[in-house]
Amino acid sequence: MMTGDSALIFDHVDVTYRVGGRDRRVLTDLNFQIARGEAYGLVGESGSGKSTAAFAAVRYLARNGLVSSGNILIDGRDLMALSPGELRQLRSHAVSMVYQDPTRALNPSIRIGRQMAEVFEAAGEQRANPELARVADMLGRVQIANPRRVMEAYPHELSGGMQQRVVIAMALSTNPALLILDEPTTALDATVEAEILELIATLRAEFSIALLFISHSLRVIAQMCDRVGVLYAGELVEEGPANTIFDSSRHPYTVGLLRCLPGPGLRKDRSRLETIAGFPPPPGTKTDGCIFAPRCSIATGRCQRETPPMIDLGGRSTRCHYPERAADMPHVAPDNRSGEGNAIAMAMDNAPLLQATNLSKTFTGGGGNNLRAVNAISLDLRPGETLGIIGESGSGKSTLAKLLLGLTAADPGGTIIMNGEPLPARTARRSPAQLKALQMIFQNPGSALNRAQTVRRLIGRSLRKAGLSGAALEDRLRTLANNVRLTIGTLDEKPRSLSGGMQQRVAIARAFAGEPRIVVCDEPTSALDVSVQAAILNLLADLQAERNVSYLFISHDLNVVHYLADRIAVLYLGRLVEIGPTDAIFAGPRHPYTEALLTAGTAHRVSLTGEIPSAANLPSACVFQTRCPRKIGRICEEQEPQLITAGDGHEIRCHIPADELKHMQT
Amino acid sequence: MSTSIRADRLRAASRSVTLLSGLTILIFWTVCALFGGALVRMDPFADDLLRTLTPPSAAHWFGTDQLGRDVFSRVVVGARDILTVAPLATLLGAAAGTILGLVTGYFRGPFDAVASRIIEAIQAVPLVIVALLALAAVGTSNLTVILVIGFVFTPLIGRTVRTAVLTEADLDYIAAARLRGDGAFSIMFIEILPNVMPLVLVETTVRFGYAIFFVASLSFLGFGIQPPSPDWGLAIAENYSLIGSYWWVVMFDALATASLVLGVNLAADGLQSVLE
Repeated sequence: MMTGDSALIFDHVDVTYRVGGRDRRVLTDLNFQIARGEAYGLVGESGSGKSTAAFAAVRYLARNGLVSSGNILIDGRDLMALSPGELRQLRSHAVSMVYQDPTRALNPSIRIGRQMAEVFEAAGEQRANPELARVADMLGRVQIANPRRVMEAYPHELSGGMQQRVVIAMALSTNPALLILDEPTTALDATVEAEILELIATLRAEFSIALLFISHSLRVIAQMCDRVGVLYAGELVEEGPANTIFDSSRHPYTVGLLRCLPGPGLRKDRSRLETIAGFPPPPGTKTDGCIFAPRCSIATGRCQRETPPMIDLGGRSTRCHYPERAADMPHVAPDNRSGEGNAIAMAMDNAPLLQATNLSKTFTGGGGNNLRAVNAISLDLRPGETLGIIGESGSGKSTLAKLLLGLTAADPGGTIIMNGEPLPARTARRSPAQLKALQMIFQNPGSALNRAQTVRRLIGRSLRKAGLSGAALEDRLRTLANNVRLTIGTLDEKPRSLSGGMQQRVAIARAFAGEPRIVVCDEPTSALDVSVQAAILNLLADLQAERNVSYLFISHDLNVVHYLADRIAVLYLGRLVEIGPTDAIFAGPRHPYTEALLTAGTAHRVSLTGEIPSAANLPSACVFQTRCPRKIGRICEEQEPQLITAGDGHEIRCHIPADELKHMQT
Repeated sequence: MSTSIRADRLRAASRSVTLLSGLTILIFWTVCALFGGALVRMDPFADDLLRTLTPPSAAHWFGTDQLGRDVFSRVVVGARDILTVAPLATLLGAAAGTILGLVTGYFRGPFDAVASRIIEAIQAVPLVIVALLALAAVGTSNLTVILVIGFVFTPLIGRTVRTAVLTEADLDYIAAARLRGDGAFSIMFIEILPNVMPLVLVETTVRFGYAIFFVASLSFLGFGIQPPSPDWGLAIAENYSLIGSYWWVVMFDALATASLVLGVNLAADGLQSVLE
């Protein structure tokens, strides 16, 4: 093996964690190297061991973790053989890490400038004034426009994107040879993510630094990395150049993962999403055969018996006995839908099931600080329809959902009408029938399910509220469990013994217990892995087709919204800036903000200027004018635009006429 | 799996030396309190003025007191009152404190603000003083001691429970219960309570240790358990002036009190680590 020109080498590394007196192997025979200046992506689902690999790479495993065999070399030096002093030296000079959550990487009580200066001090440089100049220089290089102001700030005064820039600046300030990025953009909004990824790509070229880029997102890895390793249950199952891995996978797991993604062109009324059957094995599982065999649709008897070695296919390798068969793996999305497109077209003609008019929510803080989270939003929802709500954090989408659900009361002046009857503002004043009709599926099922109750009780309580008892209740409970594909055995489990996907199924069953007419889904799949996400989206689409239920579907993932939504509403700073049929919004013309959202992460990215303003201090007139790339002039600052019709049911809140927008955007 | 969580806890409990030794001491004294009269050879109330203040001997293992009563019998039977008053007072305080914590933590708002200020005011004064004032006002009996200690414990336990309830109330399962149409009562007692129960359990055992100490102190000061009970605190109060020459009339009662408090605290520590 050539070691001289590698930034990082994992040489047949095993990592074990000691849990409850037993060793559990979480990484098995991990073997890869990153050349100098190369970007290497490790992709895998939760529990695949990708973060463990990142920690092992800097010898920073948890106390019960151990590299039980193999070697890790950084810059040609054996990490395990280093003394504590040498290790510190290595960490301060040769390698840096950037984690998912910048708020936890920064010390909340120290100003940014001081924190960054410490990095230079730790690297053994003299404490002197020029240091501050170097800090300012570094902040400039991560494209922070006003470094002096940022240096004076405390971390909480900066936005998430800004904080992550600071963390990256700190990581790069010692000029390391290797930068480890563990889900660096997962906690950020789409437009901010696009900026940060662009920044990382630029800096990589500028500093000629090697990257170990860890992510669950295939899209991000494909965009950022030269080479990719796919991790499954602690084993590298496929490895090679990014484009070949994603274009022509040679392992059934990679193929399955890619097929799970709701890509452009897929819609709920035309096709189901593919899923990977079964679940990943729990950490520490020992098998005789291929670790993926139990979930693999092309597994043979040989796969059950023989562990496949890493097979070299010339520049790329795969851990599969039948690499040539993976690409032609049978599709596991049966019964593509048909005819339901008509149902949706029909739904469009129906009278609205829910009409919200002029909904606002102002949170009153101390000292007369008013925060306008939702600002005069009107929208309606028809039976059997899915209205997708998109917008970045702070856009008011979750608050809007709470207003409709009655968890928070709207400001006076707003009305909600359901089925022709006015709906009281708070749950406490709503009738049992009204409560039953409007339900919710939450983002985090771990928080949404009471951990003290069994699944039977969790769902049963809702059924009892719906007036069932005894045998009828048990009957209905089993039907519901069956509908959401839960086995009867899980009914007596408590939530914590179920996986995230199973928990979300329980939450869905609970939401559907009272035969709701409308279900608000608040990012229901964002806490789940892609293979699980696909199954949950299929389930939601199935339930909708069966029961003609309407969804208000909040998501930041545009592909997911595109797959499920019939219409889309776009929110910015509590204001509805655009609403219309999904196809019309994706086809354009679009509001300049929608344009920025939709093009984030693509080659024709329209970037926004500046930071999202605070809801406590809204811009005058058009809320988007401070960041708008298509701002036309003073009219945007002086006069709030109205919603202008741009097509059938498609409205855009912009001073620029629709056909002019269309022209600009093509 | 839920049964296996329980099984895991039971296994951890059976391995916890702290918990087991605490429980052993506690069970020992409980047996004394329940069946003490039948276990001892001599009547703890029978005086013998010919044999006052005799040192420990084969006939009187712990000696005799000023009235010639058998100290060993009195120590054994003396567990009865304190093991009635202290647990009942603790249970009262725990029940009332849990309700207070649930209500203040769930509703927050003005009620919480007012209740919290009152709790702080009560906490600012030493608890023994509060209890003495209350007992002086209502008169001393086992029942009033239980009520008064229960009362001073309520805000302490309420505080702890409230903090846990605040965390729970922010979780989405509360929103889900509201969407189902659950009222405040069922949200507090059916949804939240089981999740704060482990904390309540640990807090209660810790408070139980304090309660024993508290009752003994009150008895010593003459405001707790009343004569002719062979209660330990009372015995110490009656005899402490003799300690220079006749150590046995105080020492064994003091040791009994100390061992009971120790047992409860060991059990509380053990329970806490098992539940975590």
